Amino acid sequence: MAISLVPSNRKSESKKILIEKDNNTVKGSVLVKRGFAHMQKHGVIMDVTNVEQAQIAEESGAVAVMVLDKLPYDVRKAGGVARTAGVKTILDIMNSVSIPIMAKCRIGHVSEAQMLESCGVDMVDESEVLTPADEENHIWKWDFTTPFVNGAKNLGEALRRIEEGASMIRTKGEPGTGNVAEAVNHIKILNREVRMLCSAYSENDFQEMIKLSREFRVSLDVVREVGRLGRLPVVNFAAGGITTPSDAAFLMRLGCDGVFVGSGIFKSEDPSLRARAVVLATTYYDDEKILLEAQRMVDEKKSLIGLDTKNLDIRMQERGPLV
Amino acid sequence: MNSLKIGILSIQGDIEENASAVKKSLLELETEGQIIHLKNTSGIEGLHGLVIPGGESTVMGILLSLQKIHLNLLVRKISEGLPVLGTCAGLILMANKAHDKTLGETKQQLLQVLDVTVERNAFGRQRESFEADLEIPMLGQEPFKGVFIRGPVITEVGKNVQILTRFENKIVAVKQDNIMATSFHPELASDNRFHNKFLSTCIKYYKSKEIGQDGLKS
Repeated sequence: MAISLVPSNRKSESKKILIEKDNNTVKGSVLVKRGFAHMQKHGVIMDVTNVEQAQIAEESGAVAVMVLDKLPYDVRKAGGVARTAGVKTILDIMNSVSIPIMAKCRIGHVSEAQMLESCGVDMVDESEVLTPADEENHIWKWDFTTPFVNGAKNLGEALRRIEEGASMIRTKGEPGTGNVAEAVNHIKILNREVRMLCSAYSENDFQEMIKLSREFRVSLDVVREVGRLGRLPVVNFAAGGITTPSDAAFLMRLGCDGVFVGSGIFKSEDPSLRARAVVLATTYYDDEKILLEAQRMVDEKKSLIGLDTKNLDIRMQERGPLV
Repeated sequence: MNSLKIGILSIQGDIEENASAVKKSLLELETEGQIIHLKNTSGIEGLHGLVIPGGESTVMGILLSLQKIHLNLLVRKISEGLPVLGTCAGLILMANKAHDKTLGETKQQLLQVLDVTVERNAFGRQRESFEADLEIPMLGQEPFKGVFIRGPVITEVGKNVQILTRFENKIVAVKQDNIMATSFHPELASDNRFHNKFLSTCIKYYKSKEIGQDGLKS
């Protein structure tokens, strides 16, 4: 099996999987939803706010675009409440690029997510970049036909989101800061915890596995699946603060399956070149010659200057429900 | 004697999933061979088969076109009979012509080695993605699980192209000499018959090459 199907479907009672009887077609199954995420692997997903940026992203080799009302950097500047992007913007972008379109909804905001699904968005990001709408619960994502991506700072958080039905995980990092350190920190924590879990699994140490499943507040099923696979059961991307081609390459080296770039591209002064350079660096992260070439395509004087992650008004990674 | 070498175009997409399907096929057909991840097609000369995985065809096209020389080499090798399996994005990339369901003509880079016209995202967006059982006579009686993810369909085929199966009257898998291409993702089906078929084509190709080389030596 190429795609892990653990945990399996946990749709709410009233929600039925769409089955068209004539030809036995199943939509929105775990395989189809996680499969979509698998197709994004080794790619770069770019945050965009309008048609022009979406077209630049597609021409530069983005694997998908993420539509927002404001880029994370501007969300910080603007303050107030950050909500999902306007329907018109989403539809306009849908009619102008052929690659998949994702959009962010507020954490826990079931209706925003439903609206995005009806809109035809290919994946929904339940994101801490927007102002959380529910301090208790995330969205129960099994009830949707559209796949979801969620952020995580560590293995426990990632597995809890997967148990809620997320088809893809990304690091949280600290969005809009231009500082990659937090994303690096999050993927390293996750990797360390996966290693720890794997050693318990390989020694068939049930006591330790049950302890870990309690600590992570997830089922033993999903803990064992991570042990068996030696990684998360879904695709895992890097996100939060990626600004330069080397940032992207660094996170790929740490074992991420691909990268999200938020403010890094369209808040720089050389977006087209930088977009192409980040795509190159993501695919060829292990080829020092191409990596140098990619880094040469961007001008450090044109990078997003960035913010100090120690003195922020909002720590986006800490927003939302605690578990 | 060289061993069997199967390349996987490793620019973007579900590379590992295809690698594991090929690995499983090698075991099932009791064949020794190695899998080579091809990022810059410079290693294409020694290959006996190539998989172009699923992913985004535009991304693979853009990154391939940046290495013009290798791109031409790739096209030449495929035209000369190198067995290829293209799944989803791989089908689009090999096609003669491709257009998008909503956008119409796009100026994306194609290899143009497979004589078909493809309509991208033909079933609609991700929420319309589905799995369905397909009848594929080439693989035997038992239905094959087709996993369609924003899948394309083939709208026109040249006269050398054999249609392997249709879904709702739309062509979703074809064969042209040593090239096989599908709208769906056999690497996600946990059924290895498609990859087995591809691998046996590679073995045949490999043997013909070996005989060719022995002929030269004697």
